[in-house]
Order: sequence, then C-alpha cells, then structure tokens
Amino acid sequence: MADVESVRPLLAVLAPVAGALLVALSSRWPNLREAWTLLTTVVTVALVASLLSSVTSGQTVSTTLFELSPGVDIALRADAAGMIFGLLASSLWVAASVYSIGYMRGLNESNQTRFYVAFALSIAAAIGVAFAANLLTFVLFYEMLTLMTYPLVTHRGTPEAIKAGRKYLAYTLSGGVALIAATAWIVSLDVDPTFRAGGILDGVTDSATLWSLFALLTLGIGVKAAVMPLHSWLPSAMVAPTPVSALLHAVAVVKAGAFGFVRVMGFVFGAALLVDMGAWQVLAGFAGVTLITGSILALRIDNLKRRLAYSTISHLSYIVLGTALLGPVGWTGALLHMVAHGVTKITLFFCAGAIHARTHKENVSELNGIGRQMPITMGAFALASLGMAGIPPFMMFGSKWLLGVGAMEIDQPVLLALYLVSGVLNAAYLFPIVLRAWRPSSTPLRYSEASWFMVAPLSVTAALALLLGIFPDMGFKFYTLAAAVGDAVGVTP
Amino acid sequence: MEVQSNGALHYQLGGWAPPLGIEYVVDLMAAFVATVVTGVALLVIIAIRRMAAQEMPQRTGSFYGLVGLLLTGLTGMVVTGDLFNLFVFLEIASLASYALVFTGGPQAMMAGFRYLILGTVGGSFYLLGVGFLYFSTGSLNMADVSARLVGLEDSRAVLAGAVFIFVGLGLKMALFPLHLWLPDAYNHAPSSVNSLIAPIMTKVAAYAMLRMFLNVFPPGYLDSVVPLAPVLVGLGLVGVVAGSAAAMVQHDVRRMLAHSSVSQLALIAVGIGLATPLAAAAALLHVMNHAVMKACLFLVAANVRYRTGDSSIDGFAGLGKRMPVTMGAFTVTAIAMVGVPPTAGFFSKWYLAQAGIDAGNWAVVAVVLLSSLMTGVYMLRIVERAYFAPSPVGEPGLPEGPTGKGLSTATRQATATEAAIDMVAPVVILAAAAVGLGLANAAVLTHVLLPAVGG
Repeated sequence: MADVESVRPLLAVLAPVAGALLVALSSRWPNLREAWTLLTTVVTVALVASLLSSVTSGQTVSTTLFELSPGVDIALRADAAGMIFGLLASSLWVAASVYSIGYMRGLNESNQTRFYVAFALSIAAAIGVAFAANLLTFVLFYEMLTLMTYPLVTHRGTPEAIKAGRKYLAYTLSGGVALIAATAWIVSLDVDPTFRAGGILDGVTDSATLWSLFALLTLGIGVKAAVMPLHSWLPSAMVAPTPVSALLHAVAVVKAGAFGFVRVMGFVFGAALLVDMGAWQVLAGFAGVTLITGSILALRIDNLKRRLAYSTISHLSYIVLGTALLGPVGWTGALLHMVAHGVTKITLFFCAGAIHARTHKENVSELNGIGRQMPITMGAFALASLGMAGIPPFMMFGSKWLLGVGAMEIDQPVLLALYLVSGVLNAAYLFPIVLRAWRPSSTPLRYSEASWFMVAPLSVTAALALLLGIFPDMGFKFYTLAAAVGDAVGVTP
Repeated sequence: MEVQSNGALHYQLGGWAPPLGIEYVVDLMAAFVATVVTGVALLVIIAIRRMAAQEMPQRTGSFYGLVGLLLTGLTGMVVTGDLFNLFVFLEIASLASYALVFTGGPQAMMAGFRYLILGTVGGSFYLLGVGFLYFSTGSLNMADVSARLVGLEDSRAVLAGAVFIFVGLGLKMALFPLHLWLPDAYNHAPSSVNSLIAPIMTKVAAYAMLRMFLNVFPPGYLDSVVPLAPVLVGLGLVGVVAGSAAAMVQHDVRRMLAHSSVSQLALIAVGIGLATPLAAAAALLHVMNHAVMKACLFLVAANVRYRTGDSSIDGFAGLGKRMPVTMGAFTVTAIAMVGVPPTAGFFSKWYLAQAGIDAGNWAVVAVVLLSSLMTGVYMLRIVERAYFAPSPVGEPGLPEGPTGKGLSTATRQATATEAAIDMVAPVVILAAAAVGLGLANAAVLTHVLLPAVGG
C-alpha cells in the first residue's frame, strides 16, 4: 500500500486547535466567537475530506513528526479506518456547532467561551485518535480526549455535574493507565507499535503475555466504548449540556472507544491471532451481554437522555461485537455501524436537547402531545427511531444486515439472534416516545418549535440517516472505506 | 554541551592531583543535574523576590546570603569527584537550609529543629560510611575508590560503609521511612523558602545516591553482595503509595505538595534501585521533570498565599476566574504530575514502567501506574475548587482581621487577583517546560541521559 507524506493530517488536527485559540480570544464578542467556531468546523472537515481521494484509491497519507520515545515517533496516518472516524467526527461537528449556538443561547448558559474552546480541542483530539499511526500516538490523543472533554461534562458546575466529572475521570484515566501499561509492554518487547492491518504481535509467542496484553488493552479501550461493566460513567455524563452528549457521548468519545477496538483487534492483534488465542469469544461474550443488557435497561428509564445513553451503550457493543466477528463482512458492518449509529443517535440527542431548551422537559412521561408543539423535531425523532429499529432503507438497517451476515459468516447464529432481539428492543424503547408525542395532552399546546439553529441540524442528520442508507457511498464514500477495511483486516475462517 | 563534545571536565583543587587532592569531575550526568538545579533555582529566585521581601523585611540580605550558600552547597555536591568533599558541600547546603527554614518564625522552631537533627544524623551517617570506605581503600576520590573496591567485596568494613552511606543519603532524599521530617519542614517554612528548597534539595541527594550506585561501588555489589538495590526498590514502591495516600488527605496545599514530593522522590529511588541503564536514565529524567513541576506547584501555592494569606486547599475556591494565568499553569502542571502524554511526567513513568517490565518486576509497573491515579485524586481536588467552587464573599466592614495584615483572609480571597508579572512569569515558564520537556524527552534521553548512565 503506497504511503504519501503530507502535512494535511497534521493540519486536520491543528485546525480545531487554532480555532480554539481564536474562540478564546473572542470571548467578548459572542457573534464573532460563534463565527470562528463555524469557520473552524468547515475548514476542519474540508481538510479531512481532502484526504479522501488518496485513501479511496488505496494510498495512505502520513505525517511523521519527531521522535517521542526512542524508536517511536509521533506519527499520523490517514487510512480507510481512520478516515471513517475522522470524517464522522469532523462532519458532525459542523452540525453540532450550529446546534450548540441555538442550545447555549436558548438556555442562556454561562461560560460559553470555555464550552466552545473545550469542544474544539476535543474534536482535535478525536481527529488525532482517528489518524494516530502507532499505539503511543493513539494513547496520547486518547488521553487528550479525556482531558478536553472533562470541562464539558462538568460544565454546569452543579454538584451533580462535578460528581459526574469525577466519575468520568476516574473511569477514563484508569482505562488510560491500562492502555499505557499495555503500550509500554509492547514497546519493551521490541515490537514496532505502528498499526498494521493483520496485527503486529506475530513475533510474540508467550500465551500469558498475549492474554495479559489482551486484557489490558480491552480494559483500556473498553471504558470509552462503554462495554459492561465499565459503562456506568456514560449515563452519569448525561448531566452535561446536550450538544456535549450529542457529539461527544454519542459520536466522538464513545466512537473513539469503538474505534480503539477496531485498531486493537484489527491492527494490533489481527484476526488470525485472535482465532488462535480464542480471545474473540471472550470479547464476543462481553459485547453480547452489553448489547442486550443495554437495550433492556433502556426500556424502563424515564429520563430521555439517560434512556438514549443506555441505547448508546448497547449500540457500541454492536460495533465491538462486529470487530470480534473476524470476517470481512462483519468488519464492514462494524465500521458502517459507527457511521450509521453516529448519525442516527445524534439526531435523537439533538431532538432531546431541543425539547429541553424549548420546554425544559427531560422525562419521557412528560412528553404527551409534544408532537403538536414541535412537529419538525418529533418528526426527525420518529425518522431516527425507525432507523434505530433497523427498518430498511435506513442506514442502520444496512449496517445491521452486514453485521448479521458477518455473524453467519463465522457460523454463530446466536450472535445474529442477539442483533435481531436488540433491534426489536430498540423499537420497544423508542416507538412509545413517538406515539406519546402525538397523544392528546392535558393542556392544549400551540406550535412552538425550537430555534432554527437547532431544528436545521437535526433535520439534516435525520435525512442523512435515511439517505445514507439508500446511497451509502454518497458524499464521503463511507461504504467504500468500510469495505476496504474489511478486506484489509478480515479473515475468512 | 561542552561535556558532550569534549568529554568530562576535570579540575583539581589547588593543583593537587588525586588521590591526595580534591578533584571536581563534571561528566554528562553531573552537567545535566547541575543545569537542572541551577536553571530551576534561577526561575524560583526571580519569582520569590517580592515574597521574601514581604515575609522577612529586615533580613533580606541574610536571606539571599543563605540562598547563595545553599546553591553553592548543592552545586558543589553535584560537581565534586571526592567523597569527603561531597560531605562538606552536603553540610554547607544543609546548614543553609536549616537556617532558611528557621526564618519561618516561632512555628517553624519545632519542625526546623527536627529537620536539623534528622538532617545532621543523615549527614553523619554518610560521613561514617565514607570513613569505612576510606579505611578500606585508603582513598577518598570517587574514581579511585571505585577502582580499589573491586577486590574488596568480602570486606565487612566496606559492607558497613555501604549501608551507612545508603541510610545517610536515604534520609536526605526522604526515602520511606526516613521521610517524616519533610512535610513538617515544608509546611512551616516561609513560602519563598519552600519554593526554593523543595524542588532541588532532595534531588541532589538522589543524584548522590545514584552516583554511589553507578560509579563508586562495583557493578553488582549493591545487588548481590549487599542487597541494597532491591531494598531501595522496595522502600521506593512503598514510599510512592504512602506519599500519595498521605497527600490525598491533606487540607493544606503545602503539606500536600510535600507528601507528593515524597512519593515522586520514591519513584526516582525505584529507578536508581532497578539499576539498569534505562531505569537510571528514567530516574534522572524524573529528577529534571519533577524539579520543574514541583517548583511550579510550590510557586503557585506561594503566589496564592501572597495574594490571599491562606494556603489551605479550600482557599483555592474560585481562583480559576480571579487568577486565571496562575491557575492555568497549575492545571497544566497537575496534568503533567498525573502523567498524561505528552507532558514530561508521563515519560518518566513510561520509561520506569518499561524498565520494570524488562526486569520482570511487575510491582514496579503496577505502582508506577497506580501513582498516576492517586496523583490525579489529590491534584484534581484543587483544580475542581479553583474552577467550580464559588468564591468566598468578603466581609466589607472589618478593617482588622485575624491575620493582622489589615484585611481578613476571606476578604483577601474574594478580591485576590493575579500576582505581579515577575511572580507569574516563572510559573508560566515552568508549566510550559513541563510540556515542552515532555515533547523533547526522546532527544534528552538519547543524547544526554543514556550516554550518561552508560546505556
């Protein structure tokens, strides 16, 4: 695979940092500050997208910086897997920024400059995670992501927020420590920690070492990927303002965890080694349990954002399970599900936030008749719910279909059953909300939509959840990229 | 840099050749430590000028005299090539530091007295150890002694010498369980004194310990014949955990930082004890990293105390808004202490963990990484208070307050702003260094530290 040296991956990481600086300097002029944010999002997604044509033609684009530890450089490399995550994070950032303006101003939140700065830096870290070429660079940006999102979780400064922030740090830093231990071990074994499709650990033969590395790495990334029992930071983090929950805790941070599984299972261990070790079954076990339990728990939760959080926990394990499926189709499904779930879930969160901003309602039981008051919002919610349930032709159907085929590819009908049952459960915890929205309410409600800053993005993402299902290669060629990863990494048993 | 290109520098005092004369040797390791010590001291001295003037108004002349003596002592310890000369400089530095601690006034008496007694015990133990070595080898020059010790592994005198030196230097570097003098001394000394002594004094003792391990005693002696190296590792590991645990329950930021120093020094001790080139290089790297980070943290505490008259952790409430630059630097340095890449603190732990893995010592790996989490706990409390707790409301009608400085502490806390530029700039420089040195660490390791320890 040809590799091209270019400064563009580095620019893609630095653009949001530059934007953060400009935002910080403009705190006295809110409109200018918001303009800087929007401009930065557009520049960032343009930079990431500029790498697309090279990567889809089979090349990778790298920037190698200096040596960070003897023998290991800070290096960025845009390959197919990295492009998927990078494009997802940066493009949804555009929508989330527009949305944030509406939400933050609508609720008259305090400390808005700090919010936008931390948000931009978080995206910079996420793109760094996407493009990290080796384990050490990955760990660097992974930890940066934790730090930059902490002020967003604790943003409101309430005791509940501070407690949630502490829990967040406790979980994610502990995971980080496990990651660092594993990386130090790999480096001390004289293994080059650069990611390579098919794995880098073929020189390691000691079974105890391999299993310990497996345990450490899965613990490390399992926290951000909310694999049970490491998941409970995510519902607590819902105390953050909704743009945070929408972009970071449905897309950037948690998908960084899922992406971590992509990297570790596909580019560090490799499917062949996982088969030899029998480790994929362990992973499949934890992911399968999380998948079902998350959906079951979501059924009874009244707080809308928390319900969506448990749904996210469940769907992240769709992806984690996909990386354990080993075959090319399963991998393609896993990566496509990253995009599908990201786009669809962000819509649901955007709707929840719009409802909160307009009506201050947070719980499902309060939402009777809200559809009459906010028809566009609830319409988008309805569309996204259909997507989440896996109804064709929404994109979530496509990714679930591939995951199911992937399960059959390795002769595991149990896993297929899990996916199907969870799909039904998705409908069970989302459709009632939609139905409730059009029930007659006790007090008559007039039309009173949220501001256009919020409604426009959620409509766009809802439409995308549908359109990307019909035309999966539309725009950013997600399907091509996902298939490329599947081919590179998947091993047909 | 001269040492890098030309090799070690040698100077003979008075032209007397060793082993009779006193020789000064600046090799790569000494040059490195000397640069760190003097560089950090420079920044700290700039920053504490106003504070010193406020804390001891009539005696700034003697204060700076003592500071000069302290630096002479410390630098002398680093560049000397003679065992007894090291004791002389150790005593010069220690006496200066005792006197500096006593400038804290009446409350410092008890703590300063304990520091003086224990410090003298440490110095004396070291001297006894050197005496035994002199008795056995007939020489005091480090290079000479190390050559002459080669055939003497079975000697009881040498064994006694090794143990005495170990205990003496261990006390000076606050190795568990010989560390109890440190939190009290740092707590009651004036902030200006703290900021200067804390980052560099114990480090130089650690350097001396490393020197003994690497260059004086024959290789393997301190491992197989007298198992001081494993003892050092073990005590270091306990010290890391004990220091961090103690730091987590403190209410005063200076005591917290003191216990934290014990913990971080214990990390350096682990590196020295593991005795591989990578471990020793990691220890030296942490000498630099911790000196920079701790200097910054103590200076922040000093700045806060200068403005608010208070050094309790609760007193940090709301300072994120009112002293944004200082608290920003504090947050960056706190992140560096926890060890998040790419800050400097991460790399010390990274290499130490690797050294532990190489040596098959999993306790080292576990403790090093656990210390990150424990550090996070006690550092995070302050960051949380500074940014999320509401500022105290001042009491407008009170002209005289309990601090006797004209305003009550609460009022000063409510109205505190950034300290002057010459107090804030060094803090910012040190915080930036905590990140910059992290990014540049591979260069430092490969070009300076690994060659210095023969790796």
